[in-house]
Amino acid sequence: MALLTEAEAKSLLQKVLSYSKADECEVNLVGGERGNIRYARNEVSTSGAMSTQTVQVRSSFGKKSGVAAIDELNDASLEKVVRRAEELAQLAPENPEYVSVLEPQQYLKSVGYFDSTAKITPAIRAEAVAKSLQESSKQKLAAAGFLEDFRGYSAMMNSKGLFAYYPSTNVNFSLTVRTDDGTGSGYVTRGYSDFSKLDTVSATKIAVQKCLGSVGARALEPGKYTVILEPTAAVVLLESIFSNLDARSADEGRSFLSKPGGKTKVGEKIVDERVTIYSDPTNPELPAAPWSGDGRAQEKINWIEKGVVKNMAYSRFWAQKKGVKAVPPPANVIMAGGTASLEDMIKSTQRGILVTKLWYIRSVDPQTLLLTGLTRDGTFYIENGKIKHPVKNFRFNESPVIMLNNLEALGKPERVVSTESTANYLIPPMKIREFTFSSLSDAV
Amino acid sequence: MNRRDFLQVAGLSTGAFLLADRAVFGRSVAPEALLEPGVDVAVKKRLADAALNAAKSKGASYTDVRIGRYLRQFVITREDKVQNIVNTESYGVGVRVIVDGCWGFAAVVDAKNEDQTAKAAEEAVAIAKANARLLKQPVQLAPQKGFGEVSWKAPIRKNAFEVPIKEKVDLLLTVNDAALKNGANYVNSVLFMVNEQKYFASSDGSYIDQDIHRMWPTFTVTAIDPKTGKFETRSELSAPMGMGYDYLQVNPSDKITGITTRYNKGYDMLEDVTAAAKHAKQKLTAKSVEAGKYDLVLDPSHLWLTIHESVGHPLELDRVLGYEANFAGTSFATLDKWKSKNFNYGSKQVNLFADKTQVGSLGAVGWDDEGVACKQWDLVKDGTLVNYQAIRDQVHIIGENESQGCCYADSWSSVQFQRMANVSLAAGKTPLSVEQMIKDVKKGIYIIGDGSFSIDQQRYNFQFGGQLFYEIKDGQIAGMLKDVAYQSNTQEFWNSCVQICDDRDYRLGGSFFDGKGQPMQVSAVSHGSSTTRFNGVNVINTARKI
Repeated sequence: MALLTEAEAKSLLQKVLSYSKADECEVNLVGGERGNIRYARNEVSTSGAMSTQTVQVRSSFGKKSGVAAIDELNDASLEKVVRRAEELAQLAPENPEYVSVLEPQQYLKSVGYFDSTAKITPAIRAEAVAKSLQESSKQKLAAAGFLEDFRGYSAMMNSKGLFAYYPSTNVNFSLTVRTDDGTGSGYVTRGYSDFSKLDTVSATKIAVQKCLGSVGARALEPGKYTVILEPTAAVVLLESIFSNLDARSADEGRSFLSKPGGKTKVGEKIVDERVTIYSDPTNPELPAAPWSGDGRAQEKINWIEKGVVKNMAYSRFWAQKKGVKAVPPPANVIMAGGTASLEDMIKSTQRGILVTKLWYIRSVDPQTLLLTGLTRDGTFYIENGKIKHPVKNFRFNESPVIMLNNLEALGKPERVVSTESTANYLIPPMKIREFTFSSLSDAV
Repeated sequence: MNRRDFLQVAGLSTGAFLLADRAVFGRSVAPEALLEPGVDVAVKKRLADAALNAAKSKGASYTDVRIGRYLRQFVITREDKVQNIVNTESYGVGVRVIVDGCWGFAAVVDAKNEDQTAKAAEEAVAIAKANARLLKQPVQLAPQKGFGEVSWKAPIRKNAFEVPIKEKVDLLLTVNDAALKNGANYVNSVLFMVNEQKYFASSDGSYIDQDIHRMWPTFTVTAIDPKTGKFETRSELSAPMGMGYDYLQVNPSDKITGITTRYNKGYDMLEDVTAAAKHAKQKLTAKSVEAGKYDLVLDPSHLWLTIHESVGHPLELDRVLGYEANFAGTSFATLDKWKSKNFNYGSKQVNLFADKTQVGSLGAVGWDDEGVACKQWDLVKDGTLVNYQAIRDQVHIIGENESQGCCYADSWSSVQFQRMANVSLAAGKTPLSVEQMIKDVKKGIYIIGDGSFSIDQQRYNFQFGGQLFYEIKDGQIAGMLKDVAYQSNTQEFWNSCVQICDDRDYRLGGSFFDGKGQPMQVSAVSHGSSTTRFNGVNVINTARKI
């Protein structure tokens, strides 16, 4: 399936709008192709490809609106979907929170589409996996992995003439290698917009090293430890901050950013002053769409700056009600870091634990963002600046807010894939004191 | 993935767009389209035969064809507002073949003529041939007799799709109003309704037409103390069920009264939300638990999730073998433990069984997605591990020659694979009520409803929260607790099981959106139990200050 170019998307959206008889109409269009290859026990288990394209129409009469979508793009279908949205709008109750569609906006330029990724074929996919399998089979390890690539675009237009278009590509690769006797396990994951940056061989070497290094793990008493979190481990904890930046929840008193009396923590220092968390759709390492699904411009914005909460995300309705700028939720998230390498951080650690991956992260208390979960696929004891031996996995109970108050050091940010959401971020490795491990697990 | 994760992923709280983008949910349609009949069964047979013949002529040794129409309706509200009404329909055909000992799969959207299904079959053959080069061991498919032309319908009394949307909106807005009047500051409520119309045909000679219904009324209420800035929530005590709208028509016999009312085959949403609003407020001033060892009395509305995570998942054979190693993980319940015939999964009282037949359960169907008649089988018998959950290409590994019938795909466009059957804890054989059970507990906690949950990738170490916690002191309920979570190890936990109430208390809980696989597929599964006591479990206090 060919992806629609900007001009083609524009003309299709104009056609959809030409059918509209509603007071206001907003049309979103997405299209793309996903391909994947999955393997386990050193052989391919499934592989597939899927194309999707969907037009979604939101029609409104006064404060009544209806939404309909369709995946066929011929003229009759496009007219049908507009009529259907209008019928649903007429049936709907008035929505007191309805906000009129946006005027045309100015967007930043962000390059997130790479031919190297767009041109991946089943053969290229198989080749990338074959190279990885070759590497893991040298050590007679059992490999299970998944490679998934995407190329696509999103576009929108509304009855006030706003038009937006953004093409993007992405590839995620993940691999678990285990010893045949099940006593060692290592993991690696990589995510890029540009497939030419993915080196499955060097990634596989990391998983193999962790797998072999994790054999013979010893039990340490649970308790509070200094930990070094590799970015893959840190990001799944930080994600709960990133997804709880909503201003309405904070104003309503049901967020970690809420304060007694209906106030919020904006302007307050909540974590160590070395912590800065921001979004920037134009970052070349982590490009993202420069507009949000309702057409708002995505700009560079600090959420937490030097430890202080600077901004929250708003729906347009809530921003209007509060009389503030309607900052959209983030399209990408970056945590600033330092220059130290992971090795430097290990060297400077007297006694601590290197955590390379965390698993099954769940919220325990939304008020404090307390999370639970476990270490997995490579956890190591550090003594006098050196990795001494592997340790058995721990369950932790920790809040990322408390954790970022106990910050010792930050390393150089790198692009990582969340093992919980598969979203990509730029996150530094970090050293944290008094991280709470609450029990031991026998899992390898 | 639980419901709350799903709501976040699918963007249900913000709009339908992400939902419409997910192929599994199909395209949005007008509500009345959900009542239109799908493709006639005679036409489905012709479409299936075209695919079966095409695959055979290209060299397939086995073929199955799934023609699916998936209808979904979600009604989503908060306080006095309807946030969204989502109606989706997805129709298409998936063809799976074995060629040269290797699986191949292809799917086609909106297939209404024989050429389209034959072409999909040919594509599946081509993929199987391409993949055969990487094959190490040819597929060993357990034999399965054909059933001819048969059908199965969920025994529902009221099709949820026939109920006008206005009636559903009115129900949720009444529920929300009751929550606000009884002390809640905020309330979100949702009705999820699903109808799967599935046709399965295979080269074994089966032509199976099935009509499956599922329903889930849910809510979360939030209470806030403006002085302290603390907030507490309480979610529904309903279960997602393999039922129609009849789940919302309650008979007095469906209610289990006690410290709070719990529900069996009928759910009184208004009554539950009224109690929930009061509970959320009560939680604000409840006593924070003192960490330590307690005897736990676990209600079925809570225990289902512990069964799901610590029994259902580790006894999936594909996990045991390593097929899920890169994502969901492997299992501690390795083949050597099963072969030993003396692996002590739990105490003598513990009997855990899998089944796909229980009326009203989410997993109940006549046949699974590879044409195997559904049944019930033991997993843990008198405390000992005796079996796994396996499908046609796996059962030879555990020495069986017939599949257990737990193969499922979440869409016509997804490849079917091994999914959890309903896995349940058998009720106690000796008459025992919840009141009698509590009377014997000296220092304990009674937990109702599911909350936070997490378990390691081999299913040893877990931690669970809940919705409602009551302290038990010397056989009496002493009041509400908060900040409770318990941690244990699967084998240790099931061996600490000392008492199970009898079948008068047996109820189902379940998951509407259980995730597995890469790319992830969702499945719905129920877990039954009666209230059960576990002795000396480690309870932690989860209160923190930030």
